[in-house]
Amino acid sequence: MENRILKDENDRVDGFLKVTGGAKYFAEYELPGLTYGVLVTSTITKGKITSLDTKAAEKAPGVIAVLSHLNKPSAPAYEQEGGSQMKIFYTDKIFYNGQPIAIVVANTFERATYAASLVKTSYAKEDFNTNLDKAIKDPKAKKLQGQPDYKRGVENAYKTAEIKIEQQYILPIETHNPMELHGIIADWRPANKVTVYAKTQGVKATQGTIANVFKIPIENIQVNSEFVGGGFGMGLKTWPLEIATVMASKHVGKPVKLVITRMQMFTMVGNRPTAIQKVGLGATKDGKLTGITHTAFGESATYENFTEGVVNMAKFMYQCDNVNTSYTIVPVDLGVPIWMRGPGEATGAFALESAIDEMAHELDMDPLDFRIKNDPEMDQQKNKPFSSKNIKEAYKLGAAKIGWSERKNKPGSLVEGPWQTGYGVSVGVFNANRGKASVKGTLKADGTLLLQSATSDIGPGTGTGMGLIASKLLNIPTNKITFELGDSSLPPAPSQGGSATLSTIGSAVNDVCLALKSTIAELAANSNMDATSNFVDVLKKNKLPSVEITKESQSGKERDNYSMYSFSIHFVQVKVHKLTGVVKVSKIVSVGDSGKIVSPKTARSQMVGGAVGGIGMALTEEAILDHRYGRYINNNFADYHVPVNADVPEIDVIFIDKPDFLVNPMGAKGMGEIALIGFSAAVANAVFNATGKRIRTLPITPDKILA
Amino acid sequence: MINFQYLRTTSAKSALALLQKDKNSKFIAGGTNLIDLMKRGVTAPEKLIDINHVPLKQIELIGTKIHIGALATNSAVADHALIKEKLPLLSWALQAGASAQLRNVATVGGNMMQRTRCGYFYDTEMPCNKREAGSGCGALEGFNRMHAIFGTSDKCIAVHPSDMCVALVALDAEVVLLGPKGERKILFKDFHRLAGDTPQLDNNLKPDEMIVRVEIPLNNLAKHSYYLKVRDRASYAFALVSVAAGLELEDNKILSAHLAMGGVAHKPWRLTKAEEFLKGKEATEENFAQAAKLSMENAKGFGENNFKLKLAPNTIIEALNLAKRKA
Ligand SMILES: Cc1cc2nc3c(=O)[nH]c(=O)nc-3n(C[C@H](O)[C@H](O)[C@H](O)COP(=O)(O)OP(=O)(O)OC[C@H]3O[C@@H](n4cnc5c(N)ncnc54)[C@H](O)[C@@H]3O)c2cc1C
Repeated sequence: MENRILKDENDRVDGFLKVTGGAKYFAEYELPGLTYGVLVTSTITKGKITSLDTKAAEKAPGVIAVLSHLNKPSAPAYEQEGGSQMKIFYTDKIFYNGQPIAIVVANTFERATYAASLVKTSYAKEDFNTNLDKAIKDPKAKKLQGQPDYKRGVENAYKTAEIKIEQQYILPIETHNPMELHGIIADWRPANKVTVYAKTQGVKATQGTIANVFKIPIENIQVNSEFVGGGFGMGLKTWPLEIATVMASKHVGKPVKLVITRMQMFTMVGNRPTAIQKVGLGATKDGKLTGITHTAFGESATYENFTEGVVNMAKFMYQCDNVNTSYTIVPVDLGVPIWMRGPGEATGAFALESAIDEMAHELDMDPLDFRIKNDPEMDQQKNKPFSSKNIKEAYKLGAAKIGWSERKNKPGSLVEGPWQTGYGVSVGVFNANRGKASVKGTLKADGTLLLQSATSDIGPGTGTGMGLIASKLLNIPTNKITFELGDSSLPPAPSQGGSATLSTIGSAVNDVCLALKSTIAELAANSNMDATSNFVDVLKKNKLPSVEITKESQSGKERDNYSMYSFSIHFVQVKVHKLTGVVKVSKIVSVGDSGKIVSPKTARSQMVGGAVGGIGMALTEEAILDHRYGRYINNNFADYHVPVNADVPEIDVIFIDKPDFLVNPMGAKGMGEIALIGFSAAVANAVFNATGKRIRTLPITPDKILA
Repeated sequence: MINFQYLRTTSAKSALALLQKDKNSKFIAGGTNLIDLMKRGVTAPEKLIDINHVPLKQIELIGTKIHIGALATNSAVADHALIKEKLPLLSWALQAGASAQLRNVATVGGNMMQRTRCGYFYDTEMPCNKREAGSGCGALEGFNRMHAIFGTSDKCIAVHPSDMCVALVALDAEVVLLGPKGERKILFKDFHRLAGDTPQLDNNLKPDEMIVRVEIPLNNLAKHSYYLKVRDRASYAFALVSVAAGLELEDNKILSAHLAMGGVAHKPWRLTKAEEFLKGKEATEENFAQAAKLSMENAKGFGENNFKLKLAPNTIIEALNLAKRKA
């Protein structure tokens, strides 16, 4: 990645490339002899393929091959028992509607598309269910524990509390749907060497999956993914469609490109699953929490299990001696979900933080005061102190900025013509993760630094953050630093997910830079130079074109002794139209308590993006299924509503910006998830404050306000 | 490949001749709806007759009527000084539709002819009488949140999705159609049809006709008109319910009221009863509420769209409130 036109050291290093079309995404690679794959998908929801007629497709102009379970293209691992049942082209079973069942490879995309339409399939249909609520109520439907039940103190203590609430909260399916469509280019060469251009959050993970499925040495696989046009979690898995493309390339002996359609983005690459949750809260009359019970049911698939951290937050966010949680996953006949930004925590926070607001209302307390009153001194779940937590300060700063003092505790108090104004607040929290990663640093006599690691950048600005860390440590301007990523041959790093990239890779950058610094100091000493000499002079004096060091980095014991979380507080003001039920978010203040802010501009962008995603989750986004058919109704960008500019007011972002050196050497905690987690509850709480209507099923559309 | 022939023509006459020569041909204007339908396999014309170069882009005042050519783009009409001054309601309705990019290529004729956005119509794996007569209506007992509450039939409860057409109906527009025997003119409110037993027919344009222009009489509504569109997000979404309202006021007395509603029927829904009721009345919220109530006679929900039974009258009241305040 080249540094260009950095006007300010905090600018995004690839900003220029991205806005000028210079950033090359996977689908833009033109390989010699490239062929095109198009998937044929099931039109029933459950059953078996009884016949698949590919003759017409095979005869269509330009078609090179049609692959399906009939000809089982070679994939050694799929020939064995076990693993997910969704072994593409190795099963005739249909697990959901829209499942890929064949791939047509042709010499143009249009010809492949047409030929795919000629494949005729017959099925033996079976009864199915795509409705979580129905599955929960059906005693015969399978239910699995998603996480061990948790209990501290008395179970269901809320039931006997002085004041109690018990409510159910429902989230619909939300899809990641980044702008860039999913897909892959696979190029299988003689001697089992394969190069892929992927849209992935982890080049090493993609490499590992391909190695496992095709049973070839990892060194034979090169994964490139320099630029990714958004992921939000959907790139955390190597999907059957990617395996199908690699199979196809192996089979036809040519590179194959597959880019799925927007409609297929709803069925093939996961989603944030529907969840039905109950929260019971008990409190004393003066507002001390005495019981929290959080039970959740989340959708999973029949062929693979999916779990996420839906009920995590209830266990430690508030001071409370009696807490119990349970999380059940319920297989339905849909494609398997995948973590979506703020994964389960965002789902859980909608329920818990709505319930906290409901309790504050019952107590006639300001919801902010109620939270402060129940703010824990330490993590009661882990029985450990927090490594850092500045949430009370965050409450104060955010409240002042949004004008919380204007808020009236009595709902429906602020009215101007047909518009009712309300204020809401919610907390978000996510693990301050740190993993293990390696980074190679090369200091060159031309005054530049090259950093390399097999990490990814799905948008947060990985290279920018890493450059800033190195810049401060080595006193090199950011425009002289290049960070290379998205290449599986670079030193290993984990996938980009769980808000851990800056913490994990950044720590390795830190360690490499410190090592380079001491190497330069040694070289200086050996050549009788001042210890503070510039590395360029030192290298030149030593006749060295460069020095390079690779470091692996991970955290030490401090992780065992502290509870480490990133926190956010979202304040929103909404205006709700009495007659039309339209909700407008009119002000947003998001406060991040996530340690030291290493990269101010991209950090702010994270918070802004999270707020926009939060508006979508709260007000507009819902993938709608017709459960009679198991098919989506609004699987396109006209009907699946992500927020547009007109839905987004100015967003104020405040950072506490205090380092937490227990988490990592930069003192910085992750931010990607907390930017979103809790946001939807803040909106729902504001809507309640505006109107007195508590909407417990997202999204909050006009019909629900009018109901 | 599903091949089609692409023809381009520069006159209405030759366009019509080409259309008549081949039953399975279709005009293409902006293509913003037709191409989507072709991609989804909903329609597969053998010939596309590109009419974008036919000189029908005029926007002009002739006598007491404003003429707008069928190939004027949605943005050209919305931004035209004459329209903004004399027919602001039309300008706002256009601006409430789609996105800037779409409006830049979408045409007046194409907008009238755009097909419903019902999900069952678009998905060839699901039943839809409009797409495939006799296959059933997926929406009747399915996802019908966006669907009609007026003039429905058991064959189809889809709505016409246009915003522009709602304003045109409220403004007493006429549409001019060119056929083998020359031009004919019909009231725009009679252009679109109810679904009845023939949901496959959206309107009364004959297969051998072309829309050439609309004519809108000048009026005294410019000062007090409003297009209120209620939707799931602030822009770039189809209407749940929309109301085009124009009032001719003297002091606070309503000399005439023009009202039409979108998102509620298979065609833009003129609120004749409400208009008659309001004529001569004071412009008060009570009268607006009464007008809204009258508008809802015979409305019927299908489950998920029951909320429209409340949203529709509320939107009428608010549109009238806003039209009255405008000036
Ligand atoms: C994502 C999206 C969102 C949208 N949102 C809205 C919205 O909010 N509100 C709204 O009102 N609209 C909306 N639209 C619809 C848009 O307004 C229409 O697609 C557009 O007006 C169609 O015009 P066109 O010129 O592109 O028509 P085309 O696609 O070219 O043609 C449509 C049909 O009209 C026929 N036709 C075109 N011109 C003539 C003529 N002169 N005589 C006879 N037949 C003719 C064609 O044969 C074809 O059958 C949206 C569209 C999209 C894709």
